[in-house]
Amino acid sequence: MSVTPIDVISDAALQAAPVAKARGYWATVGRRIRRDKVSMVCAIILLLIFAAALLAPWLGLADPYQGSMIRRLRHIGAPGYLLGTDELGRDMLARLIYGGRLSLTIGISPVILAFCIGTSLGLVAGYVGGKVNTAIMRTIDVFYAFPSVLLAIAISGALGAGIFNSIVSLTIVFVPQITRVAESVTTGVRNMDFVEAARASGARTFTIMRVHMLGNVLGPIFVYATGLISVSMILAAGLSFLGLGTKPPEPEWGLMLNTLRTAIYVNPWVAALPGAMIFAVSICFNLLSDGMRSAMDIRN
Amino acid sequence: MLVYVSRRIVYVIPIVLSVALVCFLLVHITPGDPLVAVLPADASQELAAQLRAAYGFDRPLPVQFGLWLWRALNGDLGNSIATGRPVLTEVIRAVGNTVTLAIAAATIGFSFGLLFGLIAGYFRDTWVDKVATSVAIAGVSLPHYWLGMVLVIIFSVELNWLPAVGAGPNGSGAWVWDWDHLRYLILPAVTTSVIPMGIITRTVRALTGDILSQDFVEALRAKGLRETKVFRHVIKNAAPTALAVMGLQLGYMLGGSILIETVFSWPGSGLLLNSAIFQRDLPLLQGTILVLALFFVILNLLVDIAQAAIDPRIKRS
Repeated sequence: MSVTPIDVISDAALQAAPVAKARGYWATVGRRIRRDKVSMVCAIILLLIFAAALLAPWLGLADPYQGSMIRRLRHIGAPGYLLGTDELGRDMLARLIYGGRLSLTIGISPVILAFCIGTSLGLVAGYVGGKVNTAIMRTIDVFYAFPSVLLAIAISGALGAGIFNSIVSLTIVFVPQITRVAESVTTGVRNMDFVEAARASGARTFTIMRVHMLGNVLGPIFVYATGLISVSMILAAGLSFLGLGTKPPEPEWGLMLNTLRTAIYVNPWVAALPGAMIFAVSICFNLLSDGMRSAMDIRN
Repeated sequence: MLVYVSRRIVYVIPIVLSVALVCFLLVHITPGDPLVAVLPADASQELAAQLRAAYGFDRPLPVQFGLWLWRALNGDLGNSIATGRPVLTEVIRAVGNTVTLAIAAATIGFSFGLLFGLIAGYFRDTWVDKVATSVAIAGVSLPHYWLGMVLVIIFSVELNWLPAVGAGPNGSGAWVWDWDHLRYLILPAVTTSVIPMGIITRTVRALTGDILSQDFVEALRAKGLRETKVFRHVIKNAAPTALAVMGLQLGYMLGGSILIETVFSWPGSGLLLNSAIFQRDLPLLQGTILVLALFFVILNLLVDIAQAAIDPRIKRS
């Protein structure tokens, strides 16, 4: 089962982006986002999680790899271990913060890769149209015949476990979705007067696509992709949870959830902590994407 | 209608063939020899070649695909490398359990999703709407395998009310609709229902809001129609889209059950897929994915047809 952001391409967002007023429009969107309390809180939480993961070695944390048989599965709040210890006696706080490094990398990079590939494919399909469009979009349809979780697991199951393979498989899952959005937005913009005007004034196809189309289609695709990060975080951690992503002893939220499953009867709430991190990141990206979408929807 | 149905079916054929091709190629993107799982480490070259010929791996790829497809069409998906039993038998038995789980989850998720969505759409921007929307966004953002663990912690570990794993008191025997078995179904079904619930709430809320702001609703109210009658018009207009989303979600539940079935050791197609992956049982992996993807394609076809049956405008586009 997959979570797909729905009704993402708002017509209003499209139409509200006339090329002459481009700067004014983005400034307005920025202002509206900054006024949205929910989006700002989410942005701050995400920034904190990112900063902590990035600066982990300088935060004075315990060694996330150093275990100890005599201090296994300490409870949350045990002296010296704010969030307890895991099944091998490693400090949970350190592992959760260090875990952000891998979890965020494998969760976000598939969306970035798919954003680049999908936008290019969709732009070409939407702008060139005709046989090129048919070829690209019918190929994309094949991937839509698989539920996204199944496709991700099938590909990484066939390729074998590993960080690189899990990023590849998730990228393959997201490219079709972004291509579809990019294609439909591009088709909408292509028929607008200013594109016609550019063509009439003798601009070359590549120039039109780069200068006139890209700026107007990126916004809606970007919002859609932001919503996908939440799905990607859940799936990427899910692959590690199944044993198809990261390998032990690396700290990674999905894998930690898997190994701590054995400790569920001894120290249940410590076992649930890594999932809370995935949930936090996922819900923040979802709310941020919602906030951006309504900020870009000038109608309201 | 008949023309529309047959056109949709014809359109599905190339999709089915491409799906089969993708499933077939899965085995060939695997690193290393597909025979690794069955060959003893010290096998002679001769034995390897013999086995390769027995499985047909020595022929050119297009021939292999043709043969595989032909056998698949005749219901032969080969034998599992690990157990030696026919893949189709294994898959069908497992899919039955997944369908049970999906139906239970769909009942929960769809009814709450529709309820929350309608309420939120009707009372937009009130506190009810805010609560429903928050529940929905939490639902779509939850890592469901984690929710499963948390529910097990609460209801099995702390309260000891419900069993944590399995699909019945006798291990994974045949499923029966009685309380002894239902107890095992509750936690996985609730866990599975959360994402569809969130997605349907969001869809139905947006739909209801859009419909209520249209002129015809104003006109219906102006001519003095009671609110219950207006509600019927809203339902009728929201049905095709809501149905499409529900069909898709049902498909995701059937095809994407691997994570939840792993958490709860639910003996369905997801758990089968999991063991196929880790035992490198490629025929089983290939067969399970093929069957699940075909399920998904057929479900989408049925949804399209049902949608056209409710809303005649769809047939013309």
